[in-house]
Order: sequence, then structure tokens, then C-alpha cells
Amino acid sequence: MSVNLTLLTVMGALYACAIYLILERSLTRVLLGLMLLANATNLLILATGGYAGLAPMFSKDIDPRDYNDPLPQALILTSIVISFAITAFMLGIIYRTWVLARQDEILDDLEDLRVAETPSFDAEDDAEIPAETSEFPPARNGSDSGGISDTAMGTSTATILAGDRTIKAEDAAAEERPGSRNVALGPEEDKK
Amino acid sequence: MNVASFAPLAVVLPLLGAALTFLLIRHSRAQRLVSIGLLSLTLLLECWLLASVWEGGTAAVNIGSWLPPWGIVLVVDQFSSLMLVVSSAVSLAVLVYATGQGMADGDQDAPVSIFHPTYLILVAGVSNAFLTGDLFNLYVGFEILLTASYVLITLGGTGPRIRAGVTYVVVSVVSSVLFLIAIAMIYGATGTVNMADLAIKLAELDQGTRTVLHVLLLVAFGIKAAVFPLSFWLPDSYPTAPAPVTAVFAGLLTKVGVYAMVRTETLLFPGDTLNSPLMVAALLTMVVGILGALAQTDIKRLLSFTLVSHIGYMVFGLAMSSVAGLGAAVFYVAHHITIQTSLFLVTGLIERRGGSSSMDRVAGLAKLSPLLGVLFFVPAMNLAGIPPFSGFLGKLGLLQAGVQLGTPLAYALVAGGVLTSLLTLLAIARVWNRAFWRKPEDAEHPDPVLLAAPEDSATGDRAGKSNVTLLPRSMVGSTLGLVVFGVALTVFAGPLFKVADQSAQEMLDRSSYIQAVLGEDAPVPVIASPAQDPQQDPQLGQQQDPQLGPQQGGQR
Repeated sequence: MSVNLTLLTVMGALYACAIYLILERSLTRVLLGLMLLANATNLLILATGGYAGLAPMFSKDIDPRDYNDPLPQALILTSIVISFAITAFMLGIIYRTWVLARQDEILDDLEDLRVAETPSFDAEDDAEIPAETSEFPPARNGSDSGGISDTAMGTSTATILAGDRTIKAEDAAAEERPGSRNVALGPEEDKK
Repeated sequence: MNVASFAPLAVVLPLLGAALTFLLIRHSRAQRLVSIGLLSLTLLLECWLLASVWEGGTAAVNIGSWLPPWGIVLVVDQFSSLMLVVSSAVSLAVLVYATGQGMADGDQDAPVSIFHPTYLILVAGVSNAFLTGDLFNLYVGFEILLTASYVLITLGGTGPRIRAGVTYVVVSVVSSVLFLIAIAMIYGATGTVNMADLAIKLAELDQGTRTVLHVLLLVAFGIKAAVFPLSFWLPDSYPTAPAPVTAVFAGLLTKVGVYAMVRTETLLFPGDTLNSPLMVAALLTMVVGILGALAQTDIKRLLSFTLVSHIGYMVFGLAMSSVAGLGAAVFYVAHHITIQTSLFLVTGLIERRGGSSSMDRVAGLAKLSPLLGVLFFVPAMNLAGIPPFSGFLGKLGLLQAGVQLGTPLAYALVAGGVLTSLLTLLAIARVWNRAFWRKPEDAEHPDPVLLAAPEDSATGDRAGKSNVTLLPRSMVGSTLGLVVFGVALTVFAGPLFKVADQSAQEMLDRSSYIQAVLGEDAPVPVIASPAQDPQQDPQLGQQQDPQLGPQQGGQR
């Protein structure tokens, strides 16, 4: 099989441009990249058919080797139709992004950012269990337990290790709430 | 009359349904009736196909009477018919679930009424990919199902879905282009795109060319199947879609990629040298995937990561290229389609009942809705591989095959498989502890639905949102049906494993596939091991004992 060098060079250039464009953040450029990618591949399929030949309409007098190979052209036709549909769909998506966000860029994934920012410390799972394991925080026991509580001794001293610093046991529950130093704000709180 | 000649109906019926439902777009009741009816009909037809293949062996249909290798051919063998039956059963359950959701929420607005035609086109594409015996037709099948999936993943066009859709579309298009490049190169090298014909002609190429083509195909299918270095798109794009859509994607789309990889490895490039890289990829897929799952708090994302992780088991079975390994992989595919889909469906129910799919924000579901607890618990334990469920049986089969193989890499994979199974259990247990066993008061920023009057919502009726049924019967019913189907895979694991092993033997032997397509006198090339000269006489294959080929593969 022989190949057409011009076709191959054009194909290579198209692939290079396509890959460059796909790596851009702007959606329109990504779309252009995808179109170039499809066209470069069409050229590749065309190249597998070998040199140009006669139209493949059967006639007894023609040597079979003079015909062009019709199959790659049928494949290209199919792939053109498919890439046409995908281009149309991508244009729809780009328009929708523009309507929603007024920008032509791929947005960051909020959930990814959240996972990346979550500290490895989790007050519920990882805190060292303080000596006092009662469900009722000592500070609030005072009013109804007749003075028999830790608060009678002045300040509560039970502390737990929270990440790289030490906090009072009674404050541990607050560590999971928004506003604490250990918890990044969720997307809902950001908007407020 | 040959039953297999009805095989094209498995593609045509859903397409016909898509056309009809598109015409009935203003009549949602008729739309539901047509789509569920036609999909049930397809399922029955595929059960019939499976039964006939079990009796009569592999059969092929020439589309439009164009003889192979020139025309497109559909091949029904045990593997493809098994995949057809499981995928159609799963997609029918998801369709009923989605219909129930639509009825509960009121689907009068336009974007959701486009769901039925698109969904049926997706099913047609999946069936086409499973049936086809022509590489370019496989590409077309992929494109049919992918284009339908682009529409489904961006259904409604909200901000997060569009963002996820962009990632999904671009990655899918790039993988499709890679597949097309591979097809072009294979056509350039052999002059055919018929898979049975390729099985003969690829064996005549020299080793270097074959490796290039092999790697190209595996990379293209690896992106679709979400094998480790190529899997990062999946957890970003699947979770934002509506629950039934995520469920059907998780169940079917990656498995179509796995199916294509199985065909590549067994039919087109058997006995090639890529088994070790595949095993390493399988190990990394398993371990990296499940570590990702442990970091998530959103249940849908967590399940997407377990999905990636468990693809590793299938690739492991495939890479062993022994009857035991491949058979276990086939069983595992059937098991995983069912279980992963039912878990995503249950997550959809959790989201309705608890108001969120984040396990920080839901709690106490075991008390609020015990039925939901059972529906989650059974497939979750099944996924983690707790005996006696089918997940355990599938993993046991894979591990046994790995030990049988006995190479250091196989032992590493066995260890990785056990570790992944344990970590899956850990991830699932976290969901269970937080979403089901905590008190509702412990949830962070809970949705009002979760806290509102539990006593009158225990039956799954109204709470908080007065006009919405929280757990409609059709949604719970279809999920229950799928969970029961998953348990049935456990109960009937014996016959199923037999089908899986037979199909593995058939695929490794290749002669029945090639002779079904190209006629009885087609030469079947011997599986060329790396040590042998790849250009050996193709006639040798005919004298080969059919039992010998797979065992050869097993000993390597």
C-alpha cells in the first residue's frame, strides 16, 4: 500500500492543533479542537484507502486494481455524520453554559474542591476520647444537677487534641460547625 | 427457522420504541406504556436468544444478506446473549423506576418527556454493541449509546449537569476518536473490519504492528471502561445526573467498554504480551478507586468510585486469559451490572427520603424507613463481597483463578483484590453508620424532609413537602425487583457460573465464533504465544483439540 505524503502532513498538523485546542479552558476552543480531531481522523481513514483511483462502479473491462477502495469513504461518511451531531450538541451545551454562567469556560468541580480542602482531622471520628464521656457537657450540668458537676471545681480541664492544637472538650462539638477553623464552608454557606 | 435471525430485533425494537415515544411526546401515559411494553418484549426476545444459543451454539446473522467479511454481521454467542439479557433486565427496572419518579413529580415539562426516546436509543446502542461482529459497527453502536448518554447526562440543563456533561462529552469523544484511529489503522494493515476475519488476518501481521493496534484498542476501550489511569472522568461526571440515569450509566456503559476489551483480548489479540500491563492496570484500578471512595461524603460519588474500583476485578479476570479467570470475570460483569445499578437506584430513594445524598446530611434512615435499609443493605453487602452473596462468589472465582495462575503478579492481584474487598466494606459501612444508624438530630444541616414528622412518613408518604410522594410504590417496587434479581444471581450462581465458564471456553477457543461467521471451513489460527513465530501456518488450528487452547492459556 502506498500513501500520500501531503495528506499525512496535513493530518499531523491537524492532530497537533486539535490536541492543543482541546487542552484549552475555553469551551469554544475545545469544540474547535474536537472538530479538527474528527477531520484529522477522517484524513487518516482516507489514507488507508491508498492512492486515488477510479470510481468503484463495476465494469468488466477495468482491472480491479484500478478502482479506488470504497470502504474507507463509507466509513468517513459515517464518521462525518457522527461528528456533525456531536458538534451540534456541543454548541448547544456551550450556549447553555453562556446562558447560565455568562462565561465560556469549564467551571471547577465544587465537590472536588471540597474533598481537597477537607482536613484529615474529623472531630467526630478522630478526636481522642476525653476522660469524661458523658453525653451532657459539664458546663450545662450545673443548673439541674444540684452542684455535683465539674463546673463546681471552677473550669473544666478536659481537653482533646484537635489536629495540631488543643481545645476544650466542651468545645469539641462546635468544631464541626461552620465558622470553625477546622471546617471549610460548604457551598451553601458560601453564597450567603 | 433459525432463532438467531431474530437477533436484529434486539436493536430494532428499542429504536422503533424511540420513534413511537417521540411521536407520543405529548401523551405521557401512552409514552410510558409503549416504552415499557417494547423493552419487556425485547427482554423476552433476548431470553429466547440465550436459550437457543445454550442449545444450538453460536449463530451469526448477515444483515441485508451481504456475506461476511464484506457485510455487517451480528453474532449471538453465550457471552453476548448473557450480557443482552442482564442489560435489558436492568434497563427495564431502571425505566420503571424513572417512570415512577416522573409520575410522582409530574413530568409535564418538555425536557423530561425527551427521556423515553433517548433512553430507548441508549438501550438500542448497548444491544448493538453487544451483538455486532464488525469492528466499525461496534464503533457505531458506541456512538449511538454515547450520543444518547450525552443527552441523558445533561437532562434539564442545570449548571452542575452542564459542567459534568462537558467533561463527559469531551472525554467520550476523544476515546471514540482513538477507537476510530485504531479501526483506520487495522483496516490499513489487514483490509477488513469484520472481527472474525480480523481474528485470522491479525495473526498474520508482525508482532510490532500487532502490539501498536492492540494498545490503541485497549486505550480506547479503557477510557470507556474507566480502567485506572483513564478513569478520572467518571466520578466527576456521573453523580450529577438524575438518579435513574446515573444508575443505568453505572450499570451498562462501563460494562460495554469491558465487553469490548474482552472481545479484543480473546478474539482479536489472544495470547499477546499485554497481560502483565493489564494486570498492573487492574491492580491500580482496584486500589486507587477504592481509596478514592473512602474520601467521599456524597454517596453517589462514593458509589462512582467503587464502580471504578470494581472494574479492576473484571480486568484482572480478563488479564489472566484462563478459562477460570475469564469465566469468573464474565460472572462478575453480570453480577456487577445488577448490584451497582440497584445501589444507585437506592441512593436515589435515599435522596428523596433524606433530602440529600451526602452522608453528612442524612441520618437515621433505618428507623425512618426500614424497607430502605433492607434495600440498601443487601446490595451493599453483595458489593463488598460478604458470603453468601454473588459478589463473594465472583471474587472467590477470581481469586482462585489467580492462585491457580501462581505468578508473583497474580498473587499481588489476589492480595489487592482482598484488600479492595475489605476497603469496600469499610466505605459501605461508613455510609451505613452515618446515613442509617445515626440519630436524625446528629445530621449536619439536614433537609427539612428528614426531620419532619417521622411517624406519618414511615410508610413513605408525605412529610414536609406535602405535594410529593417521598417513596412512590413503582420506584420502591422496581428497586426491590432489581435487588431480588441480584439475590437470584446468588441463588442461581451454579447455572450462571456454568454459562460463564462455557462462554469463557468458547471465547478462548474462538473456533465457534469464527466458523459461525465465516462458515465451517474457515481456518482458525492457533493462539500464538510470544515465544512462537507469529507467522505460523493458519491451517494448524483446525487439527487443534478444542479443549487444548484454553488450557494453554491457563498455564501461561
